[in-house]
Amino acid sequence: MTELIRLTAAELSSRLQAGTVSAVEATQAHLDQIVAVDTDLHAFLHVAADAALATAARIDARRAAGEKLGPLAGVPIAIKDVLTTLDMPTTAGSKILEGWVPPYDATVVARLRAADLIPLGKTNMDEFAMGSSTEHSAYGVTRNPWDRDRIPGGSGGGSAAAVASFQAPLALGSDTGGSIRQPAAVTGSVGVKPTYGAVSRYGAIALASSLDQVGPVSRTVFDAALLHDVIGGHDPLDSTSLTDAWPSMAAAATAGLADGALKGVRVGVIKELSGSGFQAGVTQRFTETLALLTAAGAEITEVSAPNFEYAVAAYYLILPAEASSNLARFDSVRFGIRVDPAEGSLTSEHVMAATREAGFGPEVKRRIILGTYALSTGYYDAYYGSAQKVRTLIQRDFAAAFEKVDILVSPSAPTTAFKFGEKLEDPMAMYRSDITTIPANLAGVPGMSIPIGLAPEDGLPVGLQIMAPARADARLYTYGAAIEQLLEATWGHTMLDQAPALALATTAKGAI
Amino acid sequence: MAKPELMDYDKALELFEPVLGFEVHVELNTKTKMFCGCANEFGSGANTNTCPTCLGLPGGLPQVNHKAIESSIRLGLALGCEIAEHSRFARKNYFYPDTAKNFQTSQYDDPICHDGSLTIELESGRLVTVEIERAHMEDDAGKLTHMGGSTGRIQGADYSLVDYNRGGVPLVEIVTQMIEGAEHDAPEIGRTYVAGIREIAKALGVSNARMEEGNVRCDANVSLRPRGSKVLGTRTETKNVNSLRSVERAVRYEIQRQAAVLAAGGTITQETRHWHEDTGITSAGRPKSDADDYRYFPEPDLVPMAPSREWVEELRRTLPEPPAARRKRLQADWGFANLEFQDVVNSDLMDAVEATVAAGASAQSARKWWTGEVARLANAAGVAADSLVQPAQLAALIALVDAGTLTDRLARQVLEGVIAGEGTPAEVVASRGLAVVSDDGALIAAIDEALSKQPDVLAKIRDGKLQAAGAVIGAVMKAMRGQADAARVRELVLERAGTAESGTVE
Amino acid sequence: MSAITAEQVAHLANLARIDLSPEEITNLTIDLGQIVDSVAKVQEVATADVPATSHPMPLTNVFREDVVVPSLSVEQALSGAPARAGDKFRVPAILDEE
Ligand SMILES: [Mg+2]
Ligand SMILES: [Zn+2]
Repeated sequence: MTELIRLTAAELSSRLQAGTVSAVEATQAHLDQIVAVDTDLHAFLHVAADAALATAARIDARRAAGEKLGPLAGVPIAIKDVLTTLDMPTTAGSKILEGWVPPYDATVVARLRAADLIPLGKTNMDEFAMGSSTEHSAYGVTRNPWDRDRIPGGSGGGSAAAVASFQAPLALGSDTGGSIRQPAAVTGSVGVKPTYGAVSRYGAIALASSLDQVGPVSRTVFDAALLHDVIGGHDPLDSTSLTDAWPSMAAAATAGLADGALKGVRVGVIKELSGSGFQAGVTQRFTETLALLTAAGAEITEVSAPNFEYAVAAYYLILPAEASSNLARFDSVRFGIRVDPAEGSLTSEHVMAATREAGFGPEVKRRIILGTYALSTGYYDAYYGSAQKVRTLIQRDFAAAFEKVDILVSPSAPTTAFKFGEKLEDPMAMYRSDITTIPANLAGVPGMSIPIGLAPEDGLPVGLQIMAPARADARLYTYGAAIEQLLEATWGHTMLDQAPALALATTAKGAI
Repeated sequence: MAKPELMDYDKALELFEPVLGFEVHVELNTKTKMFCGCANEFGSGANTNTCPTCLGLPGGLPQVNHKAIESSIRLGLALGCEIAEHSRFARKNYFYPDTAKNFQTSQYDDPICHDGSLTIELESGRLVTVEIERAHMEDDAGKLTHMGGSTGRIQGADYSLVDYNRGGVPLVEIVTQMIEGAEHDAPEIGRTYVAGIREIAKALGVSNARMEEGNVRCDANVSLRPRGSKVLGTRTETKNVNSLRSVERAVRYEIQRQAAVLAAGGTITQETRHWHEDTGITSAGRPKSDADDYRYFPEPDLVPMAPSREWVEELRRTLPEPPAARRKRLQADWGFANLEFQDVVNSDLMDAVEATVAAGASAQSARKWWTGEVARLANAAGVAADSLVQPAQLAALIALVDAGTLTDRLARQVLEGVIAGEGTPAEVVASRGLAVVSDDGALIAAIDEALSKQPDVLAKIRDGKLQAAGAVIGAVMKAMRGQADAARVRELVLERAGTAESGTVE
Repeated sequence: MSAITAEQVAHLANLARIDLSPEEITNLTIDLGQIVDSVAKVQEVATADVPATSHPMPLTNVFREDVVVPSLSVEQALSGAPARAGDKFRVPAILDEE
């Protein structure tokens, strides 16, 4: 039973289709793993065990009746708590939404259900996705399966930890400045931020509307591609959704497994996203990967993106500005908690202000106040306006780079997973840890993180970020799958095979 | 609150020059809301027309209603505006419980329409061109009901209730440039301008334009400057003045109030003011302060608009005849005196009269019926006259009168039957048995019956005392229960006086 | 150049409708000062000739047809309300405006 949880989504899918495993068995195996390890890791905020088993039973019955089901039918999935779900509470990691059960499904959730995946529950996150460590969740931290004293990345630490600890083969994340890719990097899993507009944002609780993108979290590039194919594509409910006819990402990933897939591929190394400020072991694994790529026939060139230097600054103006407005709706009128002021009159104004004081955590307040400042009369041009100009410059840097290369690469994060509390006292230090991932969000281009080894100094996962031009998401899957295959062939095993044994229950069964 | 001092209006005008500005919100009558597919309808059950988007639920996203853009452009074109080649929505951030997202999705630096004008004609015949700065799109707020307290007003209420059905309904806000040189006509300019906007919106069919339902709402800006001064005075913005008469009264009131304050050496506070329909005064609202920092920024959930020039020209071709021109043409066609025509216009019955004439009635009959009996019944029922009866039905009724089938009195009864849903005029005549008795035999029998009781009448008539016929006519009408044509009865009585002499009976 | 003051933070908190405690205002004044100093570097390259980008993907004219779609039921609409009265949302008394 336990080995079921170590299957990739694709492998599990084949067994489900072959009838050697039932969806109920697969679901139960993952629920057992959640029971075994999640008290400790706390990747989930809500587990919908009964609903998941009921869904699985229905899918088994339909399959038994001969119904033709989609490729991921019967495969369990974890959903980041930023996405609205009809049958599960949705809190976005915030106390202000405690217990809220939305009256609608996010488009991506509806698509999961339509494709017969099995929602296991909702995963932990930094409050309103503000953070890089999941330490800003109102419901407690999520631990990194590789080292329980370390952060699982953020804001999607819950989704990454769930996948990395075999509680789910797949998860959904959202990425505003790296919230899918950075957790993937520090947990040894795979995460993809699609092109802005490739996946619907309808029902994704907005952090920064012009930066947010929902994407897949998995243990392999091919699994991410399968999930991308389910959730992607035009949604008329999201006015920024692209109407492109997208190619199959799964087919693109498969193409990357062919011999010589990396031959002649022009790979750009971004000068500004390497070197000083990067942990030695991160740089080492990154450099080794480049060497492997060269050996596989890729052409490595260094490209410069001079304006990336300003990306973090622009991001921490645009994000708080949009967030300050997006989070205004949390006002104790239509949903969420209501808190009466300790003193003063019980007016609507005071109750709203008291609710927001009690319901928002310190990081959320910090960013709302910063964003309110950036948009204020007299400061708009200097801050928000200037940040939007930087955005133009960063897009130009990407455009110039992609004239010379097919993909861009960098380490996914400057360091491996840091320890809890290490950066909590210094917001700018925390903000700077997103330096590698932020440019893709500002420009709207797609990015992927795949594991490339463990840093020798701490034995923790290192991720490679691959970026492609806007709309060229398929390219990420092709080359991501190729690099993943290359690395695993070198290692002789997968990255997560090296992950330490987790909780008692798992080891007691002798699964690893 | 103490009633503030007011200066005599003429005196105020002697000392000060009023400067005006108007912001008129026109609610569009699209089938759905501005940014979601919920029904845009008035009067449905509370919170029945809501969804994650217009309730501002977490995760909700806006989608722009194409028809609302079209209506806004047509409204802009009818006001002589330029249609922006590039336009976008912006968020206007402020907290208020009727605003689900706590920002209004509006337009800031790129409104869809700009730089237009509307020329209005005052009763004196003076023509005034009001320059329009911009007409931009935005969404409406929900509806608050204030509960408890003594007044039912916001002040002193214990709590309030929110219905978000109106939240997200599309609005076009039309903003004028400063109106200088209004002088004594300022109040009338306000009323006539708002009436003009309303008339255009109605003619275009883009709004139901019912002020009583809040489809057209006016904020009036008034400031005064001393005669001879070039410096603008501080202005007040009187919010939600929601009838034409109120616009006129509120402008007049503010001129008189501000003049009194200024003449007494006081200063005007830049503030919003509230109009009180019942007492006819304005009262101070929120002062404009730096707390009003709306932090506008481009709406990131919506993409910019670039209405193609072809589309704009196509829409321009759909514009109806301008209402002012149409009024001139109809008055001439109908041959109405000014007062008669004004009566129709003021009663909002121009369309109804036109349709009734088109259905075959004479203009005078149509006017008489609409502004007379129909208006009276509508008034009693508290509804709009044109909602009571179809123009074609009224035209059919008028035709029956013209044919002599009905007297005016009978026609009024038939009208009631038609309004009560008893059928067409012809059907009501049949079912109620209301037709004029046109059978002379029956009338003559009744006349003879009456004459038998008043034998001296014929002699009096023959003596030239024609008024003596009245008593017989009255008796006959009574006997016929009103279903006789009194003129015909009179004819027959006089005839009878003649034939009695000749001694022949038909 | 930023030099954020506690008064400014209190004003911003009021605009953002958050009832910050005095300690929070003190801490945020320090944090915000540092953050603003750091992010102000965007001004170094944001010259007049650079256009602003508000959307990462340049789309225009995305419209919805004017067709009614089913709304939520009243119960669904009100399901998350902290307080209701009948079919309406209930909110505490509203300050000012008159
Ligand atoms: Mg407005
Ligand atoms: Zn709606």
